[in-house]
Amino acid sequence: MTAAPAVELRGVWVIYHQRPVLEDIDLVIPPGRYVGIIGPNGAGKSTLLKVVLGLIPPARGVVRVFGEPPARLRRSGQLLGYLPQKLMSQPQFPVTVLEVVLMGRYGRIGLGRWPGPGDREAALAKLRRLRIEHLADRPIGALSGGELQRVFIARALVVEPRLLVMDEPTISLDACAQDDLFEMLHDLKEELDLTVLVVSHDIGAVARHVEEVVCLNRRLYVHEPPPIGRLALERTFGCSVEYLFHGEIPHRVVRRDE
Amino acid sequence: MALGFWQRALAAGVVLAVLCGCLSVFVILRRLAFIGVGISHSAFGGVALGFLLGIDPLWTGIVFSAGVALAIEWAQQRGHIEEDAAIGIFFAAAMALGVLFLHLSGTYNVDVFGFLFGNILAIGERQVVQIVVVAVGVLAVVGIFFKEYVFISFDEEMAWVSGLPVNFLRALFLVLLSLAVIVAIYLVGIILVSALLVIPGATARNLAGHLRPMLLVSLGSAVGATLVGLFASAWLDWPSGATIVVLLSLLFFLSTLWSRAK
Repeated sequence: MTAAPAVELRGVWVIYHQRPVLEDIDLVIPPGRYVGIIGPNGAGKSTLLKVVLGLIPPARGVVRVFGEPPARLRRSGQLLGYLPQKLMSQPQFPVTVLEVVLMGRYGRIGLGRWPGPGDREAALAKLRRLRIEHLADRPIGALSGGELQRVFIARALVVEPRLLVMDEPTISLDACAQDDLFEMLHDLKEELDLTVLVVSHDIGAVARHVEEVVCLNRRLYVHEPPPIGRLALERTFGCSVEYLFHGEIPHRVVRRDE
Repeated sequence: MALGFWQRALAAGVVLAVLCGCLSVFVILRRLAFIGVGISHSAFGGVALGFLLGIDPLWTGIVFSAGVALAIEWAQQRGHIEEDAAIGIFFAAAMALGVLFLHLSGTYNVDVFGFLFGNILAIGERQVVQIVVVAVGVLAVVGIFFKEYVFISFDEEMAWVSGLPVNFLRALFLVLLSLAVIVAIYLVGIILVSALLVIPGATARNLAGHLRPMLLVSLGSAVGATLVGLFASAWLDWPSGATIVVLLSLLFFLSTLWSRAK
């Protein structure tokens, strides 16, 4: 028996206020891939991630993560790593960096029990790995955008996920920091045996680094190699796009027959 | 052991200040100030129902307020209505029902003014026991789920993804808030009880950068304002609930000035 796909969506529809946000999505991501999902604003990228995480139940269709419905996966203690688009709803929340990372352990620790030395050590190890150990005792509100990003990646990793889901991780970073981030994600993926799903509206940044690109604009356009073409991108974005990258980007687009 | 009315008032006041000072931190961090107002005002309906049915208004108040709070939560979660509109509608309806219940009960000798604005000097031993039992119970539950409530305040979505039972914890907090509101009515009354749940936490937010000092400042300001308010009101012969709330507000304004000046 082969291992279940990391993510498997079959005929998934999400509808808000009688309007489809995602239409008939079919997507299979094998374990261990580093996949970028690109598409214009309002294409349903965040929604797609939330469907995978189990935050949004689809109106129709089947969602499986490592072969299980997201809710059952979550109940069985197999948690997913999630980096939301908006990192802080309250910029001055009165906790330290280490405490934020420790929150990633709370689901594992269980209700009504306090984090032990093992949890602290796990959190510190992630901070060390992301080279921000020196920030551990800082208030979370005192960090720069790039530092905050790393803290939240550490928080997502301390959950010990097999799948890491990231929503627009590059949005607050300059070009160099974006490259660093994608490189670091690549290394983390290898070290921790992760499947990584990154959403971005920034085609160039994603396409340079990931192994596979999925184009989304309410529908999914996944095409077979050869490399992504201008036409495919234009179809996704609904307008002409600049060709920002060179070389072969292996990716697939499954187009719906109309 | 028989306490005089003054000792009873002091003991109950301090216990309630600790209870509300602690919950207040989460009310501020989770931005529940308006639902606190909604819960406390809808308590009027529950208290009046107690008079109508001849039951201790403590019980009807708790059931009624918790019911309204959970109904607001349900309506808003199902996306039927925005939360602020839901609160506005439910608490007005609950207060209107309260007026009708009072009318139907035909008891005109009830101390309505005491329920609206608090009358801590009039409470008996039985109420002191109720207050202590509720406060210990609520604080114990908050203590047990402390780390979960911090996480939920920080980010509910991430808390859910990290495996926390967010909906259960949200509903539980509303029930805890309702319990605290009902017993705190003895101190400051239905109209002013939300002040006790909002202002200490807001003051602490101004002064403290970390959760633990924030909790201490919130508790300290609530207990301080309650003690000073009780003594001052006795000395000046002012209404005690209003005096306490005015002192709390004063502390809040001072803390705002101080944090601005920093």
